[in-house]
Amino acid sequence: MKSFLFPEFQVFRDENLCDQCRGCERQCAFGTHRYDETQDRMISDDFKCAGCQRCVIFCPKGAITIRPTPSSYRPNANWSREKIEDLKRQAETGGVILTGCGNDKPFRIYWDHIVLNASQVTNPSIDPLREPMELRTFLGSKPDFIDLKVDGDHVDIDTRIGPNLMIEAPILFSAMSYGAISYNAFNALARAACSSGTFFNTGEGGLPREMREEFGRCAIVQVASGRFGIDAEYLNCAAAVEIKVGQGAKPGIGGHLPGEKVSQSVASTRMIPAGADAISPAPHHDIYSIEDLSMLIHALKEATNYEKPISVKIAAVHNFAAIASGIVRAGADIIAIDGLRGGTGAAPKAIRDNVGIPIELAISSLDRRLRDEGIRNRCSIIAAGGTRCSADVIKAIALGADAVYIGTAALVAMGCNLCQKCYTGKCNWGICTQDPRLSGRLNTDIAAMRLSNLLAAWSHEIKEMLGGMGINALESLRGNRDHLRGVGLYEWELDVLGIKGAGE
Amino acid sequence: MARAELDESVPRWDPMEQAEIDARGIATRELNDRLRDLMKAGIEHVVLKNVCGQRYIGTRLYTPEKKKMEIEIFGTPGNDLGAFLYGHNIRVHGNAQDGVGNTMDDGEIVVEGRAGDVLGMSMRGGKIFIRDNVGYRTALHMKEFEDKKPLLVIGGTSQDFLGEYMAGGTVILLGLGDRTHLANHIGTGMHGGAIYLRGAVDPSQVGKEVAISPLSDPDRELLKKHVGEFVSNFPELNLDLSEIMKKEFVRLSPRSKRPYEKLYTY
Repeated sequence: MKSFLFPEFQVFRDENLCDQCRGCERQCAFGTHRYDETQDRMISDDFKCAGCQRCVIFCPKGAITIRPTPSSYRPNANWSREKIEDLKRQAETGGVILTGCGNDKPFRIYWDHIVLNASQVTNPSIDPLREPMELRTFLGSKPDFIDLKVDGDHVDIDTRIGPNLMIEAPILFSAMSYGAISYNAFNALARAACSSGTFFNTGEGGLPREMREEFGRCAIVQVASGRFGIDAEYLNCAAAVEIKVGQGAKPGIGGHLPGEKVSQSVASTRMIPAGADAISPAPHHDIYSIEDLSMLIHALKEATNYEKPISVKIAAVHNFAAIASGIVRAGADIIAIDGLRGGTGAAPKAIRDNVGIPIELAISSLDRRLRDEGIRNRCSIIAAGGTRCSADVIKAIALGADAVYIGTAALVAMGCNLCQKCYTGKCNWGICTQDPRLSGRLNTDIAAMRLSNLLAAWSHEIKEMLGGMGINALESLRGNRDHLRGVGLYEWELDVLGIKGAGE
Repeated sequence: MARAELDESVPRWDPMEQAEIDARGIATRELNDRLRDLMKAGIEHVVLKNVCGQRYIGTRLYTPEKKKMEIEIFGTPGNDLGAFLYGHNIRVHGNAQDGVGNTMDDGEIVVEGRAGDVLGMSMRGGKIFIRDNVGYRTALHMKEFEDKKPLLVIGGTSQDFLGEYMAGGTVILLGLGDRTHLANHIGTGMHGGAIYLRGAVDPSQVGKEVAISPLSDPDRELLKKHVGEFVSNFPELNLDLSEIMKKEFVRLSPRSKRPYEKLYTY
């Protein structure tokens, strides 16, 4: 059937610069570029270009430019190009539109409507270059009271604190499974987490056996509805266990890792046959209630001898704060909430772009709910989905999060340009692919260094902003909404965020 | 019951000795604490008496050196019996509740009675033998990798959604005592493994992803072996393997290991 779609991108090649080295042809797994012998020149098929910019960056002559195609339908505010083309695609195939990365629609980004405070005159600001600044954070349940035993001058703490994770800065790598991302990308996350004093999350695809001894101590291992690669050793080698109930990019639905991405090594990590689809059912079929969730939380606590904090990850949806309260009462030590803009390797576009609520609103309403119920201390909150910079992190903390998960930001640090073709398995940057020719392009050491650099840079920026507010410990900012003001927000939005308008 | 009293019943760490715990009135966590202590002390055979609803029995018995333990249970263990089981053997002289063998890795569970829902969910290795009937969503998302194949043999029959999302392993339903298989939605979403039913099943009872076929010779060999194991696990039933094998079996297997391949467009 003749396709009625435009190409998404247009490839421009400066013929004066191009010396037909065919580098672009080798770089592009989508097959955009090809050498034409009869004309002795490179030619491009715009229809195949994903806009990943790999060829642009790696062209030794700088001869290539890729831009969105200038072709256009008659302008129509209702029938945007995206709507027309998605519809055509479905008319041509009858399929569900699949996409990668997080929601790219212009929902309000609250981070950009919130401003931070700074000290002037009365409360001196602090220079983090010369004074100690505490970003260290502990994730896990904290006791309701501290029991002290006083014996003359000697004071002992009687209270036992459950297992907590210690992180040097309030940033962890979000769940990205081996299978969705390449071994090298997975490994780089693990390395960077270990060397930077934080944790990476294995996602639901298991933890390769040979990585357990070295990287288990900085791993949060996931237990999702597919239960891939889970055995007692996997659970016990890790620092924490996370039950994945939902994901911001696709709340309410499961996942299918297509058989093409289930290589021999992915298969042995997930313990499923190579080439078979790895299907994660939408719900956990042993969890139909808070009581059932409590049973799985305690099964995991039993399986890990009560030595690891148990996290529960849910997508932020309309009534999630009430559910989260139930999750805390079910015994979770950490709640991870994933917002509307959370990333993914593959999700139906209809779900990604229309389901869930923005993380900024979710953090605030969850923190308030747990405080109102007097159970905020019983669990830590990790906010995921949409963190792009250190300012987003610090605003998340001030809204009530204990830490943030970064996924997309970590991928961008490694080289991702958000072309949204993760589900094709043809990632030219070697990140979201199982093709050894492509994944070999990602140098683990360099990728790990880029990730560590990112964490170091953000940590320093967070310290600068904290110091500017006259605060020397992140703990003092947690849930401290007085340091935030809104700009250009409606009354209801300010209410949900629990912040005042700027100038108030 | 006071803890000091119970401690008296724990043997003083003779590895050759069999230990016994009276579970009456003991909470789940304490019972599992004690099982773990016994395993670490080298006890290889434990008898649990008066078990009544305590959960996760066998779950907290992971050791890096893969120590093995035999646990004999009198009474009714609670949910998630043998969840994440790491190679231990459990025998229940009675019925079991929901979640038996949840995400079990290796070992063997034998239940001299019935079992509840989500039996063998996401099981990835080891064997489970249930003497009587089982509940809903049995063998849900059971999976296999190379020679690590879970096995589930059920003497009776199951409720609906047997083998949902099944991705590997072998499930055998014997329908002993002329029980007919009345479950619906069998194998919905199935994309690996095989279910063998002794007796008939109507195509309307199985998911659209499932093919019903007669047994091949290798199937028959496999069944003889595993049904033989079932027979020897329940000697009190006086079963005759060749009698059981005389009745017709059908094999249910996935039509594709990629059932949703054509669902998406890019």
